[in-house]
Amino acid sequence: MASVALTNLDPASRAAARGWSDLTIRNMFIIPTLVFLIVFNIFPLIYSLGYSFTNFAANRSEPWQFVGLQNYRELLTDDHIWSNFVITAKYVIVSVAGQMIVGFGLALLLNRSFPMKGLITTLLLLPMMMSAAVVGLFWQLLYSPSWGPINYVFGLGDFAWLSNPDSALYAVAITDIWMWSPFVMLLSLAGLSAVPQHLYEAAAIDRASWWYTFTRITLPLVSPILLIALIFRTMEAFKTFDIAYTMTTQPTAELIAIRLYKQAFQQWDTGKSCALAYIVLIMVLAITNLYVKYLNKVKER
Amino acid sequence: MRKIVTSVIAGIGLALACGTSVRAQDKELTIFWAEWDPANYLQELVNDYTAETGVKVTVQTTPWPDFQTKAFTEFNAHGDAYDMVVGDSQWLGAGSTQGHYVDLTDFFNQHKLGDVMAPATIKYYAEYPGGSGKYWAIPLEGDAIGWSYRKDWFEDPKEKEAFKAKYGYDLDIPKTYAQLRDIAEFFHRPDQKRYGIAIYTDNSYDAMAMGVESAIFSYGGDLGDYATYKVDGVTNSKEAAAGLDMYKELYKFTPPGWGKTFFVEDNQAITGGLAAMSMNFFAFFPPLVNKATNPYADATGFFANPAGPDGKRFAALGGQGISVVSYSKNKDEAMKFLEWFIKDETQKKWAELGGYTCSQAVLKSEAFQNATPYNKAFYDTMFMVKDFWATPEYAEVLDQLNQNIYPFVVGGKGTAQEALDKTAADWKATFTKYNRYK
Repeated sequence: MASVALTNLDPASRAAARGWSDLTIRNMFIIPTLVFLIVFNIFPLIYSLGYSFTNFAANRSEPWQFVGLQNYRELLTDDHIWSNFVITAKYVIVSVAGQMIVGFGLALLLNRSFPMKGLITTLLLLPMMMSAAVVGLFWQLLYSPSWGPINYVFGLGDFAWLSNPDSALYAVAITDIWMWSPFVMLLSLAGLSAVPQHLYEAAAIDRASWWYTFTRITLPLVSPILLIALIFRTMEAFKTFDIAYTMTTQPTAELIAIRLYKQAFQQWDTGKSCALAYIVLIMVLAITNLYVKYLNKVKER
Repeated sequence: MRKIVTSVIAGIGLALACGTSVRAQDKELTIFWAEWDPANYLQELVNDYTAETGVKVTVQTTPWPDFQTKAFTEFNAHGDAYDMVVGDSQWLGAGSTQGHYVDLTDFFNQHKLGDVMAPATIKYYAEYPGGSGKYWAIPLEGDAIGWSYRKDWFEDPKEKEAFKAKYGYDLDIPKTYAQLRDIAEFFHRPDQKRYGIAIYTDNSYDAMAMGVESAIFSYGGDLGDYATYKVDGVTNSKEAAAGLDMYKELYKFTPPGWGKTFFVEDNQAITGGLAAMSMNFFAFFPPLVNKATNPYADATGFFANPAGPDGKRFAALGGQGISVVSYSKNKDEAMKFLEWFIKDETQKKWAELGGYTCSQAVLKSEAFQNATPYNKAFYDTMFMVKDFWATPEYAEVLDQLNQNIYPFVVGGKGTAQEALDKTAADWKATFTKYNRYK
């Protein structure tokens, strides 16, 4: 009865009757969000860009000096840093490729009806719900040559995954694949469920093979969503810190994020670490842009 | 009328008395330290101070890996969350030159602490720059690298006989690194899930550096000239390379996957019955004599770091001094606390609780040396310690050392000489950057 009475009023009177106008409600949510974004995101971003051109060290009381592009020059000519970038690139390729293959494979397996499908899907999603640091410590135990089950299962004897400079990075990548494949699986499942059934029916009538159906129907229609998963996972893999930091201290597995952490919070080289953070940001943006361009091309097809 | 006046005066007196006691109770001091047993002992100790003075003292702790980051984050913000900090010896340079620590030189001289505390603890926990006579901390927790070992394995007649037959001398506590290596090799039996030795290999902070430098110092090497910052020919001397080579040799006899180990893993090597000998800081030894935490407690012995080939014998210094944080709002109260802390009876109680006092009188006492199975080894060690660089840029210097020695020791990449040549070059560049060569 009251609502009926309200609908008979003009908009201004309706708003007055409700107490708050639509504009007020909108502003109540948007203005704080904008303020929050500016204060905690945009302002530090600009501020740290300024620091990247100085020799500022957060643990020293003496005033900082403007050094121009010196931080960037030193970083880009530092062999250690390039070695960290190469390690990170290797890690991103192995980890993201692994996640895409495992995640999409799982989605294909789950994209059919079978008993307890919901429960199995839920269980498969559990790894990505865990804390990355805990996952790192947990896998450290799994890899242990003394009591870890991995070597026992695969008959690898005393093979030291995390102490071996040649395998440490791949051990971390495997952990990341285990943790984040479910994310790719979830997105792929959404993509697969959106593929019209009549296309498969038509392919079946034409006696198309499974491979032909997969390459000509499934993959082209799911690829936009797969590319979105690829963008997200590449960005995340590039920034990986917690898993790697808790699992190994091998220099051969020192990702750029770990180097950045050490530079910023162990050596307190604030200016240079800001510069390094910007180099990483530019690289991530460049890679992401390439992906987005390709994604748009795929969508246009 | 007189009754009324008397009552009023009595009331005012009572109120003042209560007020005073309330104010004393209101006073609080916070000491920041790492999360380990000595911090719990310190909390027990300072409860006595609270009982005596009414000033509440809290020992706030954080896990070791976060200790440095958390402390310096607070310092850099000029925060007053902590009134005192029990900081690592390597922090002295940064703490003093960057204005985080209160200068305690007058306090030091007034109380003649140079005669009270063990010389090495003053040199490494309190004074900066070295030999300057300026003091920034009071030695609180002495510590150094020591060793635990399986007495039952060492004393087994069959093992003794087999060892003598193989190496030509009696199986006993190793007196030299060469003997340490032989014993590690002798007990290294992977097929029996028994291993020779447990050493530090974690390179995320200073664990591996402490283990390596113990060997380097005993082999007659040094990390550099701390007064002149000279590194060429010192950091990468033949003696230093021989020490690093020995450390790598010892790594061959560690349990599998021993590539990221610090105090927890090294103690587990003993409590899990994995290794014959295990390196650790003395402060981590209490759980090894406790049957609840070590099933082999009765069979665990301790010894000080062995000597190098020329008889030189050193051990890496751990431990910390307590400093007053310059941003504290309770500096006067903190100084009063330090006056209480350096008293002989307080130091005696500190040792009784399990803390490693730096007081010479307490260290030399029979009571202290016989209090635990490892106190005698600790006493011997505290007079042969050397430390890492305490320069303000020590974190950078430490990271460079870690980057260079870890691939050699754990990964088997390159040679000891190459690792130290690279370290010397990196350090020279770092010290040049910070204008240390004048």
